[in-house]
Amino acid sequence: MELFVQNIINGLTIGAFYALVALGYTMVYGVLKLINFAHGDLFMWGAYLGWAGLSLVALLGLKQGVWALIPVVILVMATLALLGALIERAAYRPLRSAGRLPPIVSALGAAFILESLARNIFGASYKTYPGWAEVTGSITVVGGVTVGVMQIIALIASLLLMAILYLFVNYTQVGTAMRAVSLDHDTARLMGIDVNRIITLVFLIGPALGGAAGLMVAVRYGSFDFTLGWTFGLKAFIAAILGGIGNIPGAMLGGMILGAVESLGAGYISPQWKDVIAYVLLVVILLARPTGLLGERVAEKL
Amino acid sequence: MRDLFLRVRRLPGRYVSPAFLVAALLLPVALDNYLLAVLWQAGIYILMALGLTIIVGYAGLFQLGQAAFYAIGAYTVAILNLYLGVPIILGLPIAVILAGALGYLVSRPILHLRGDYLAIVTIAFGEIVRMLLVNNVFGVTGGANGLSGIAQLSLFGFTFDSIVKNYYLVVACVALTIIGVQRLENSRLGRAWTYVREDELAAEAMGVDTVHVKAVAFVLGSALASLAGVLYASRITVISPDIGRFLESVIVFCIVVLGGTGSLPGVFLGAFGMVVLPELFRFVKDWRDGLVGLAMVLMMIFRPAGLWPSRRVALELSGAEEGET
Repeated sequence: MELFVQNIINGLTIGAFYALVALGYTMVYGVLKLINFAHGDLFMWGAYLGWAGLSLVALLGLKQGVWALIPVVILVMATLALLGALIERAAYRPLRSAGRLPPIVSALGAAFILESLARNIFGASYKTYPGWAEVTGSITVVGGVTVGVMQIIALIASLLLMAILYLFVNYTQVGTAMRAVSLDHDTARLMGIDVNRIITLVFLIGPALGGAAGLMVAVRYGSFDFTLGWTFGLKAFIAAILGGIGNIPGAMLGGMILGAVESLGAGYISPQWKDVIAYVLLVVILLARPTGLLGERVAEKL
Repeated sequence: MRDLFLRVRRLPGRYVSPAFLVAALLLPVALDNYLLAVLWQAGIYILMALGLTIIVGYAGLFQLGQAAFYAIGAYTVAILNLYLGVPIILGLPIAVILAGALGYLVSRPILHLRGDYLAIVTIAFGEIVRMLLVNNVFGVTGGANGLSGIAQLSLFGFTFDSIVKNYYLVVACVALTIIGVQRLENSRLGRAWTYVREDELAAEAMGVDTVHVKAVAFVLGSALASLAGVLYASRITVISPDIGRFLESVIVFCIVVLGGTGSLPGVFLGAFGMVVLPELFRFVKDWRDGLVGLAMVLMMIFRPAGLWPSRRVALELSGAEEGET
């Protein structure tokens, strides 16, 4: 029982990160029907930029400590938001009316570019976050179940970001416009919505959340390299499908479930089959409930 | 230059293909073994891409796991050869049939779903296959190191043991596949694929068994990838799970789309761009992937229909009736 609870808690933490990244996939898919293959690499860039930011803090002799993470996170999110919007403008917008295949190839190309840049700028070796950026210590919940303080902070931060996004999408005018665009571009345009601006906004928000997730994943696991984006990104996309593609609460739920199932699988079966469990879960969901747990929210292209 | 290109395009297929074949047969005279090996590699990719042309180009399905079927082909003959002593030539049909069957099993349950789901499931399938190979399933795949010491293909005592022989073997396979694929495109099945790709609802209303024809495309495409894997394993004789990487699937996918979806000459141009050029540009080293990525983005922006668009697809896009040219 202790092992079970411990695995669930660990799973929910990683699940919150999946959820943050899945939001970027699901929002883009919602408005463009495009699997944004570059998103996983933007997430990976979040980890690198966070590392660079913290190194800069140390280099400038600023006050070292956990609190330094806050400005770094904000800067990382802002940088990635701009990068995401730039990629949309340069690689996706010219292809808006080119059918389904060209944007996919363009997205894969953008992913290659991001990965190659990371490898060449930061090097192919593993990067490690400085120890001072981490809160050590853990809390014992019940019996042998312990939760790291950092884990709790990351979980709360993720949930907070998701809550803000949820409120934004559901209770503001711009959020309503965003939902309208994901239903139907033409009708949204007739209603006076600037579709291009909404799409740019989606590409600002998604990568910002993904970047925050990248930084938190790197803090939690300590080290990473430029291949971080691909597997994690794929699993986050699976989380988005799990919850129902285009569905924002669905992406959050899907991420949490995927994290928990994966963690349980790693604990009870074997860690080396962890990834396979996620992929099998995808197939099972598609067979049993192809629209995802909470239903998909995208308009069919006719 | 552009004029010349257009003129080449207008030449009837019956002149272009034999001329191309003759050139391919004469190349070993002019090239050294290294360049020949590069072309052999391109030939392997062309075989995979021809399979994917059926799936993506003709039937309009997204498949991003072609490397998995390639790896299945390579590992099947390798395991049969190393553990049971089955010669490659007997393992070949087994590998091809196995990959076809797996292609059916993977695609059949999700063919009626949204196309992007198929893309994601094929990616996931590719990763599952790679993980199975890395984790040394049943203790026969050799784990991350892979397998070595695979026999070379030999037929009636004639062993394909040099790069020249293997080059001709691949050229022969590609030529036969081209003939087969071309005949398929113009068959009743090929027309059904086009119909399904352009308008699935209408196709179904006209009595086309859409799920069935899509599954057939998937099976044929997977089988061709497996054939490529067999040829690869029997020349290199050493294989590792890396051959099933997602990157390989992406390369094959890009060959098809960059060349022009559904276009057979496009496959050759695509393979040249995605396999031969990067190989010749090895000196850019770590920047190679990034440059390939940049080329992919630019290509799609400036020539979204590909280098040599399929005539049929182009006609459909421009809305003209087929055969009106």
